[in-house]
Amino acid sequence: MSTEQLLKTPLHALHLELGARMVPFAGYDMPVQYPLGVMKEHQHTRDQAGLFDVSHMGQIRLTGAGAAKALESLVPVDIIDLPVGMQRYAMFTHENGGILDDLMVANLGNDELFLVVNAACKDQDLAHLRAHIGAQCNIEPLFEARALLALQGPAAVTVLARLAPDVAKMTFMQFQRVTLLGVDCFVSRSGYTGEDGFEISVPAADAEKLARALLAEPEVAAIGLGARDSLRLEAGLCLYGHDMNTETTPIEASLLWAISKVRRADGARAGGFPGAEAVFTQQQGGVSRKRVGLLPQERTPVREGAEIVNEAGEIIGAVCSGGFGPTLGAPLAMGYLDSAYVALDTPVWAIVRGKKVPLLVSKMPFVPQRYYRG
Amino acid sequence: MSELRFTEDHEWLRAEADGSVTVGITAFAQNALGDVVFVQLPELQAYDKGAEASTVESVKAASGVYMPLDGEVLEVNDKLDGSPELVNEDPMGEGWFFRFKPTDADAVAKLLDQDAYDRLIKANAEA
Repeated sequence: MSTEQLLKTPLHALHLELGARMVPFAGYDMPVQYPLGVMKEHQHTRDQAGLFDVSHMGQIRLTGAGAAKALESLVPVDIIDLPVGMQRYAMFTHENGGILDDLMVANLGNDELFLVVNAACKDQDLAHLRAHIGAQCNIEPLFEARALLALQGPAAVTVLARLAPDVAKMTFMQFQRVTLLGVDCFVSRSGYTGEDGFEISVPAADAEKLARALLAEPEVAAIGLGARDSLRLEAGLCLYGHDMNTETTPIEASLLWAISKVRRADGARAGGFPGAEAVFTQQQGGVSRKRVGLLPQERTPVREGAEIVNEAGEIIGAVCSGGFGPTLGAPLAMGYLDSAYVALDTPVWAIVRGKKVPLLVSKMPFVPQRYYRG
Repeated sequence: MSELRFTEDHEWLRAEADGSVTVGITAFAQNALGDVVFVQLPELQAYDKGAEASTVESVKAASGVYMPLDGEVLEVNDKLDGSPELVNEDPMGEGWFFRFKPTDADAVAKLLDQDAYDRLIKANAEA
């Protein structure tokens, strides 16, 4: 795809001005790193605060009295009882139990839900919503209308509270309307780095003004997609299309925690989402493979796609995400392994350039999450 | 520095007094790679020109470092095991990769000189 065909976020000109190295990502021309570089951007986010442009992600508003009930028919998550002002992690399931996309759902109150979906899936997600629940609620894509900024790191709350003191009272996964620089925004206390922080939905026309104001604060640096990936990997968070897809179920992806109790086989509103039968069969009968954390025991990073073998050299799985963790100071990975090998500290080997690199099955997150729970 | 030679794969070569040749990657290459986190150094053995003798891993990706000429690797820079960041900090000095003895001693001089390499970088930048 040539650069001319790539979409641009409302902050594109700002990225160029900041000296970003731009790469194609999900159809957008996006900053992979700034002059600071991935390692320092990563560590700056863990030490202070990083500002990420995630405007390529899809924002969708659902409205109408039937919106929550309708959305429940597509996700294995409790949406009906999602409290006003709260956000929850969810996934669209396929009829085979696989995952079509993962998303965040927030309840704004007054029968209004606010969704954030992955950039690469957003057109497909919108079509999916329209096809299945278009008759039950109003579906409004905000793809061009709104930008999305993430302010992440231990200083994020100090910085954002300078613009709106009340955000300091929010706790992890709370979501509310906040006025920033006179602009109506939606703010959630969540993110994709394992750190405390916020995601800010802002009208596209005001995005650059807000981004510049945040970057002017001494604690804040612009952070690219490279560090976003290493941060989320250290935090053990899944990346759609890599760590899960339509061929992996929530059970295989180790995302049972995200299936609300009320929607599970023995729950009050059991099932009622695509692929429920397949998911429940796996939940009760077990799975043949599972996503686990993996720690290479040498300095060699182990990348996505690398085969994993047992001591006898038989293939028992593959790496789905892998690289180097700047905070961990070592390589790290996630992979799908045959269920016989998923116990913690099981020794397995990845094949890297024809050589066996020893790995240990590891708990996740690799770096402790530091969410603010009040 | 006038004795430096370069390859189109962005390696630099320096002919030493003893007839061996030191190899590293250029400042342009390390900048393009980003933060280097691991270098897999070659074995002390003979390699054919173009063989992937070494691999350099940045935070994001792995890239091959190719044998610039037929020859035998005599020494590797062990410092890169513990401090791969030397490739970023001093690519033309402390961040060298390996030293080898070329099969054809005259082949080094036929590689790109500084001017030719600079033109290549300029052409890349404009492409």
